[in-house]
This record gives sequence, structure tokens and C-alpha cells, in this order.
Amino acid sequence: MTLKETKAIRSWGGVVREPHFVAAPARRDGVGDVFDAAAGMDKTLLAHGLGRSYGDSCLSPGNVILETRGLDRFIAFDRDTGILRAEAGVSLGEIMRVTVPYGFFPHTTPGTRFVTLGGAVANDVHGKNHHVAGSFGENVRAFGLLRSDRGEVTVTPDSEPELFRATVGGLGMTGIITWVEIQLVRIASSNIEQEIFAIKSLDHFFEVMEENTPKFEHTVAWVDCTARKDELGRGVFTGGNWSSDGVLEPHRTGMLNAPFTAPGFALNPLTLKTFNSLYRWRQLSKAGRSKVPYTSHFHVLDAIKNWNRLYGKRGFFQYQSVIPFSTAKEATREMLTLIAESGQGSMLAVLKTLGPIEGRGWLSFPREGVTLALDFQNKGQKTLQLMNNLDKIVSAAGGRLYPAKDGRISADMFQSGYPDWQRVETLRDPAISSSFWQRVSQS
Amino acid sequence: MPKHYVILGATSAIAVATARRLATKGHKLTLLARNSSALQEIEDDLRVRGAEIASSHAFDLAQETGQAAILEEIAQTGGPIDGLLVFYGILGDQARAETDPAHARDILQINFNSAVDWILPAAQLMEAREQGVVLTISSVAGDRGRRSNYVYGAAKAGLSTFMQGLAHKWAAMSKELRAVNVKLGFVDTPMTDHLDKGGPLWAKPEGVAVSIERALEKGGPIVYAPWFWRWIMLAIRMTPNFVFKRVNI
Repeated sequence: MTLKETKAIRSWGGVVREPHFVAAPARRDGVGDVFDAAAGMDKTLLAHGLGRSYGDSCLSPGNVILETRGLDRFIAFDRDTGILRAEAGVSLGEIMRVTVPYGFFPHTTPGTRFVTLGGAVANDVHGKNHHVAGSFGENVRAFGLLRSDRGEVTVTPDSEPELFRATVGGLGMTGIITWVEIQLVRIASSNIEQEIFAIKSLDHFFEVMEENTPKFEHTVAWVDCTARKDELGRGVFTGGNWSSDGVLEPHRTGMLNAPFTAPGFALNPLTLKTFNSLYRWRQLSKAGRSKVPYTSHFHVLDAIKNWNRLYGKRGFFQYQSVIPFSTAKEATREMLTLIAESGQGSMLAVLKTLGPIEGRGWLSFPREGVTLALDFQNKGQKTLQLMNNLDKIVSAAGGRLYPAKDGRISADMFQSGYPDWQRVETLRDPAISSSFWQRVSQS
Repeated sequence: MPKHYVILGATSAIAVATARRLATKGHKLTLLARNSSALQEIEDDLRVRGAEIASSHAFDLAQETGQAAILEEIAQTGGPIDGLLVFYGILGDQARAETDPAHARDILQINFNSAVDWILPAAQLMEAREQGVVLTISSVAGDRGRRSNYVYGAAKAGLSTFMQGLAHKWAAMSKELRAVNVKLGFVDTPMTDHLDKGGPLWAKPEGVAVSIERALEKGGPIVYAPWFWRWIMLAIRMTPNFVFKRVNI
């Protein structure tokens, strides 16, 4: 097998667009050949699914990318127990389309359904129900892992406890995930009973969360990053519970598309303020209780395909932190103040409390506390400087950042946030690496 | 009403995309393909997606004999055949075919002769019941011979003409008998991996599968997928030879 260098590959943020050697095996038994091809070229290998990681954890310029989307077959689904096994390139959206009619749903879903099973495991993704359900790894019963040194290994929490903890949230470093078996949860309806209301300030956010977290299985808040002073932290709260109305309809596949890349000047402090005001107004126009299909509750980001193009040619950074409750209020206030003053606010800033169920992986991001997710248009040094300043606040407050969102974190910041990282490095498949890992594993 | 569809070449990318759509509707499928391990993977996938798998058979469809007996057995196991879908084929290598007659014969055998070997006995079974659909995957390459692929083009032209004739015969017999020939343009599949892809003319298997499913349900006798190829090929067929001979396609 020879691999030709193809055009630039980008991640969701689009800051880095570099050429990679690409292999897209059509079947599981073709994955081994890609290991051989990479070794023959003296290159490292990295799995790449739907490319929804924002930064460089799914990139490895000049090296070999193994696209997993050809591994898109279901293997087994027990319609009584809700145990599902599928190849690593199957997306959560495809799973929902198959299982919802039988009253089963993934036990958690991130804000997009365009995530492969392999990616969901490798990033131990979380969703609006983290406070009660934990992250994606909770429902993982087993997976197949192809390694250059051991061949195909079937990993379960019991059979390979170390490899399991290294791979869940392990950013693809421990081998190529070829299939995954998950336990789905029962749903009595495909609809969500949703409630939306305004949050007036940051203090109010904490009150709202304390009062409403026990009431809703799914919670999230959107924050207007352009608001300052008394209005700092104002936003919109959304809570939801599965309905019991018995309707079991999977989502439709069509969606709007952002057809072109917006010019760089489209986002400036003025348009940002306008967008945030409009978004707040639009959300609050839906205030109150309503019943909505699951996808409009969970997959807000999927409403517009390729929405990332709206950030222009230079792309954007995501920044997601989690900070323990003890220091969360003050640290969040400092961060939002810093952002509002910088005028580099983000369009979709999300604030949410995470629950006590710890991730099963050594590099699982979620932990009990408050998580804030932001995106910043890439304006070069200015943007990097802002994020470095945010890092200081997060570090001082004992928090850490989400690797799936990151494209610039320092090795120090990563290593102090993830003290077990060296255990993953020890179990890393020597044939595998990524830009992200190259950067954060430096001593 | 679930139907019983027999899919020849079930592991091809376009067959898989089509079969997945049929699976979602709960149809009963019989799958035939050469590679048994790939076939097993696809069988599992389709079952999870909602299909009932009547049976699956792994052998070389282009070299097989005794098609009539196999089809009767399939009808015994899975019930009368409502549709026969012929997906397998090879693109071949034009340059090699010009100097290697065995390769040229392979292209014709796989894409044309062997397809006829399957369709004729299936048509007999359908005629006996006065209902059924035969759907074949042909190519716009058969619409006008071109220097880049005329052996493949000739095989597909043969298949297209054969299907046109069957459709003509059946039109006089029963509304419940349909022969549908789907002519595809460029589709991004492993069969075309050696070509440079991209641009507005390239379709995805999932996209053409939508057209194929629609054609299976109510189309015929000639369906272009995507639709714009009808007009592209009309223009190409109408191009006078003194112009066409200068065009390098």
C-alpha cells in the first residue's frame, strides 16, 4: 500500500491546515496495512474520525492519518438489553437513527451528533446530563484496539484495566480503536420536555444551577460574553427531561449548510455584540416550557452544517475549562471579565456544572465543578495572549482544559491538569502520535 | 409490505448504501458476493439496521453456472423474489485491455455476459408470477464510446440495451413487471480510487442510493443518477464526430 500526500487536512477550528498522508481503509481488516504503510514511510499514525476535535489532537502534519469513516458498520444490537456493538467510524447520529425506534439512546451525547464512536471514546465526551450520567466512557463495555506491538486486543474494564483507563479519553494514543460496544439507555420518547429562562448575572447562574440541577436530567447555560459589570454572566438557561409520550422518531438527516467561508472582518466587537443580543433574544422568545425533538435540544451545533466556516479563513480556537466548585464562582467571574474587556468574546459561550461521576480514563476531562466553553476567532498573537491569561486564572483555581478543544496548551498546563498523563504515555502505541501529544508530552 | 430483494454484488459501496436504505424499511434481503468475510460484516450491519436477512451466499458471481437453480433455491428459502438488483462490476484497465485480450474478455464477462446469465432465469421466475423488478447498475460510459474506457463502455452499453429490451417486453405483459437500468456518472467508491476525485460531477454512494431506491420502487426503464447526467450525456451524444474526435475524454 502506498499513500499519496493529499491536500490539507483541518480540524474543526481550522487554525491548522497542513498536508497529511491519508489512508481510509474500507474494512477493519485493512487497518493493519495502514500501520505497515506508516512504518514503511517512517511516519507516525493517527486515527481521525469526523474531525470535530477543534484543535490539533486529531492532526499530525506530515504524518499518516487513518480516516475511520470507512469502518461504518454495525455489528450487533440487542433490542431487549440495549447493548450495541459497532465499528469505530459509526457516528452517534447513525446510532440514534437505528436505536431510537426501539426506545434506546446513547447514555450521553455531546452538542453534535457528528461524532464517531471511536472519537467519543478517545475524548471521553460528555453532554448536558453529565451531572447525573457521567461521561461517554461510563457506558463503554468493551472495544477492539489494534496495536503495532500486540495486534488486535479486546479491551474491557476487567480484561485490560490499564489499557481501558489509558484509552478512554486517551486521544487515540494507545492504538487504533476498531469497534466499540456500549450499553444504551431506555427512553420512553424521542421528545424532550424543555424549559428555558433568562439568567440575569453570574450570581444568578449559580443560584439557578443549584436549584435546577436536581430537577433536570439535562442542563446547560449559554452566556453572553459581551455583557459587562452588573450584567456579567447574563444568559439563558435550558433544562430538559425525556418526555414519556411514547413517540419514538429518529431525527431527520437534512440540515442547513453554511455554504461559504465568511470573510475575516465579518466578526468584530460590533457584530459580536449584535449576534449575542440577537441570540439571547431568540432564545428567550422560546422561554417557558415546550416539547421538542431530542436533536433540537441536544445538538444545537448541528442546526447549521459547517457553522465553523462562519469564523473565516484563519479559523478559531475553542477554550474549555473545568474548575472545582470551591473556586469556580470567582474564577469564572475573572475569566468573563477578561474576555469582555478584550472585545474578543465568543458567539457560543457555554456554562455548565459537571457532576461527581469521575471519568474512567486517566485523561478524561470532566470532573466535578463548572465548565466554561468559549470560541475565539483566530486573530493571531492577540488571541493566544488572551488564552494564556485565561490559563493563569484556570491554573490558579485548580482547573484544567479539555484536550479535544485545544490547539495551543503548554506542556506545563497540560501536565499539571492531568497528573496521570505519563501512565498514558507509557501505554502509548509507539507507532502513534499527534501534534497535540508531541506538544504536551515534552518535558 | 416488506419485499424480498436479491442483491448481487452486495459488498460494493453502492450496493451497501442502497441495501442500508432498504434495511431501514424492514425489507427481506438475500445477499450474494464474492468475499465471504466482507459479506458477513455487511449482513450483520444490515440486520442491525432493520433488514431481515433471508440468506447470504459467497461465490464468484461472474464465474458461476447454474444460476436458475440458485435463484430457485433463494426463492424457496426467502420467498418469491420481488426484486433482483445487480450491483457487481469492474472498471478494468482500458490500456491493458487493448493489448491483453483476456483482460478485455474479463471486463465483458463480468459486466455483461454474467449479468445476463443471472437476469434471464430471474426474469423467468418473475414472468411466471407476473410481478417483479430487475434493477441493474450501468454507466454513462455506455452512452457513447470514448477512448478512455470503451471496453468497459461497450459492456455497459450491452447491458443497457439488454435491459431496454427486457423493459420493452415486460411493458407489453404487466404493469407489475419492471426492468430498470440505472446509469451512474462518477461515484466516489473504491472502484474509482485510482482517479482524481472532487468537483461537482462526483457523487457519493449514499446520494446515488437515494435515486436507486426511488428507481426500484417506481422508476424505469432508464434512470440517470445523479439526474443531470441525462443532459450531459445528451450533449455528448449530440456532439458531431468532427468535434468529438478532438475531445480528450
